[in-house]
Amino acid sequence: MSVVEGALSPEHALGDAASVPLSLRGPAPTRVVAGFGFWLFLLSDILIFAALFAAYAVLSGETAGGPTGAQLFETRHVFIETACLLASSVTCGFGSLAVQRTDRSSTYFWMAVTFVLGATFLRLEASEFTSMVASGAGPSHSAFLSAFFALVGTHGLHVTVGLAWLVVMLLQVATLGFQPMVTRRFFCFALFWHALDIVWVGVFTIVYLGAH
Amino acid sequence: MFGRLTWAAIPFDQPIVIVTSGVVGAMLAAILLLVTVKGWWPYLWREWLTSVDHKRIGVMYMVLGLVMLVRGFSDAIMMRSQQALAVAGAAGYLPPEHYDQIFSAHGTIMIFFVAMPFVLGLMNFAVPLQLGVRDVAFPVLNSVSFWLTASGVLLVNLSLFVGEFARTGWLAYPPLSELAYSPGVGVDYYLWSLQISGLGTLLSGINLTTTILKLRAPGMGYSRMPIFCWTALASNLLIVAAFPVLTATFAMLLLDRYCDFHFFTTELGGNPMMYVNLIWIWGHPEVYILILPAFGVFSEVVATFSGKPLFGYRSMVVATMAICVLSFLVWLHHFFTMGAGADVNGFFGIATMIIAVPTGVKIFNWLFTLYGGKIRFSVPIYWTLGFMVTFVIGGMTGVMMAIPPADFVLHNSLFLIAHFHNTAIGGVVFGAMAGYTYWFPKAFGFKLNERLGKAVFWCWFIGFYLAFMPLYALGLMGATRRMQHYSNPEWQPFMLVALAGAVFILLGILLTVVQLVVSIRTRNQNRDLTGDPWNGRTLEWSIPSPPPAWNFALLPQVERTDAFWMAKQRPAALHESGAPKTYTSLHLPRSNPTGVLLAFCGTVLGFALIWRIWWLAALGLFGAILVALVQAWRTDQEILVPAAEVEAFERTSASRRSFA
Repeated sequence: MSVVEGALSPEHALGDAASVPLSLRGPAPTRVVAGFGFWLFLLSDILIFAALFAAYAVLSGETAGGPTGAQLFETRHVFIETACLLASSVTCGFGSLAVQRTDRSSTYFWMAVTFVLGATFLRLEASEFTSMVASGAGPSHSAFLSAFFALVGTHGLHVTVGLAWLVVMLLQVATLGFQPMVTRRFFCFALFWHALDIVWVGVFTIVYLGAH
Repeated sequence: MFGRLTWAAIPFDQPIVIVTSGVVGAMLAAILLLVTVKGWWPYLWREWLTSVDHKRIGVMYMVLGLVMLVRGFSDAIMMRSQQALAVAGAAGYLPPEHYDQIFSAHGTIMIFFVAMPFVLGLMNFAVPLQLGVRDVAFPVLNSVSFWLTASGVLLVNLSLFVGEFARTGWLAYPPLSELAYSPGVGVDYYLWSLQISGLGTLLSGINLTTTILKLRAPGMGYSRMPIFCWTALASNLLIVAAFPVLTATFAMLLLDRYCDFHFFTTELGGNPMMYVNLIWIWGHPEVYILILPAFGVFSEVVATFSGKPLFGYRSMVVATMAICVLSFLVWLHHFFTMGAGADVNGFFGIATMIIAVPTGVKIFNWLFTLYGGKIRFSVPIYWTLGFMVTFVIGGMTGVMMAIPPADFVLHNSLFLIAHFHNTAIGGVVFGAMAGYTYWFPKAFGFKLNERLGKAVFWCWFIGFYLAFMPLYALGLMGATRRMQHYSNPEWQPFMLVALAGAVFILLGILLTVVQLVVSIRTRNQNRDLTGDPWNGRTLEWSIPSPPPAWNFALLPQVERTDAFWMAKQRPAALHESGAPKTYTSLHLPRSNPTGVLLAFCGTVLGFALIWRIWWLAALGLFGAILVALVQAWRTDQEILVPAAEVEAFERTSASRRSFA
């Protein structure tokens, strides 16, 4: 153990980048650390969905004499929902590129489009839920419906949180500008938003296309 | 207005509860009064409550664990004395509805609020120091994690006085925990306190995993990390992978209880056994979350006090990671009696036995480290040797129960209780005590009293055997767990021996407090001026005790395992050619009230949800969001320590240290 001269904060990665293996270079830069931590958070979040998917798989046949998925779901409706959410991932990607260029107006534009698409998704999901509850197929009706509302509802809750986060991020850009702290958070938001897409692909495939 | 909360929630008719609450309340009031009169609030607020320093947070976790150990142990000795009395015609002194709360609270508290804080405290304190870095990856988040755990603790303790606790056992199996069979607030206290503290634990797991994988001193590759960091990595990976399942499972039970869902009910297609599966998918990894860091402590202690490198470092790493993976493949052994069939039971039985292999590798590695070493018989090595003897017994009874046909006989018996206390006390508690004694001088700059430390060890060691060996016998005789009363008088002598064991452990806990007080009073005789009181091997011993806020003024350059030990073999290398060191100004995270405020809002939210006071719940949630928003706009998150200050500290501390 010798001592590295000139103690360095994590912002300045140590060592000669090319010659030293990554694992020996010392503390990673803050941007890398924040991104890595957020990836771990996303993994843990996806595990919450894994438990809900497992519960849905176990309970999807337990309709207790009530309606089945095939009787309740409107594939056309869900298709539009899916299209909105997937498109919002694309616009979020354009927005992230704008953040990287620190292009304020472009960021506002693409993130506003992302918000509108996300809100439309939520609006469609809410109308699906309310019509199901109105027709007597609420979550209290059977274990299948409990599992359905919990799984799809948890995804919807995540989208809601994502939209709120997006508004906060836009306000942060407006008030703080593109500081490293703000762009790091925007990066994490984009990861979160894409992860919700991936979860939705699972929901769409297993819950809606797999309805029987 | 106040939901279900009325004066009837305060159990005036139960003298034991009222007296306990009175005593606890009086003690709390006395402490608060003392702090106020002495004017300690500004100091406490600035240096501890809002601190984001991993060392301070680690110490606070340990204090929390120690306080809750007293609470959890009070439950234990009440159960032991009830069972010593309540045979045949005698009713004992605890009515069933109270006894049921006691065993539920005992398990919940000991796992979530004693063992977890101990383990998280040791990891928080030691991991960044061993890695040779200045803090964890996310210091503010670290404070949030701690305070969320404290919030859960507060709610659990509140249940003693306001309302009731769950009567369902520590894992709250449905259908008993469903609203139909547990209509009171007990299960809600259980669920919300664990949801809040569980979130804290998850965030802590993310934080420490990121720290270990992304923040290490230059040159510290994975194969050069101290073994405690490896076990901490495995433990935190398990936290990240297992705690979300716990959160999801509790969320489903909460939906059942609050919104009339049917995940685990007995009607409309609900499936209670799904809860049992899900909870153990968290629960089995949880036992390894607790034991792996303890294995890490023992590894450090064995190497240090034998004066030898750890035998089989690489096999130890492989064994640790093997346990990490295998721990997810054994959950079903907790309920072989579910009736999944011979094939399923056979798979999980064999998977369980396979875990004994890497554990055996570890035991042999420790033995071979001791072999031929110059062993110094200090307190940490006492705990380690006590662990090795005790844990092997616990492991063997575990393998016995991994045989499904044997498990059908032993399931839910006192044999099982003896088994898991054998591993939890012999493993986790002994490990926590070893780690506490080992790192105490690093944290505070003086050693704990050796004589009293040894007395504490013997009390726990003898107490454990007296308390739990009779339970193995009773289990084989047919005694089941959670009995408020039994009719077979032949069991009573065993119960009396077990009570005697609990008294020994009580003495051990009291002596721990005495040891702490005596050590503080005689601290000038036990000062650690060198920063290296045990002739240690890893980087935490290369800096002063207690370490400065920045830990390492200059990040060490690591060339192999046992970095500090190697440096001590070449004293010249410690002061690289005598060239003057150039210190620079350091950015350190600023103290931050976010954690304490979020936990306050979380406690209000939890309490309101338990009692269904919806306006208060909205207020708590709103407060939490507000605190988070304020934090999001905080731009002055760092303080700058000038190079001159760093240099002045390093020079004075270096002149004090003997190897200089």
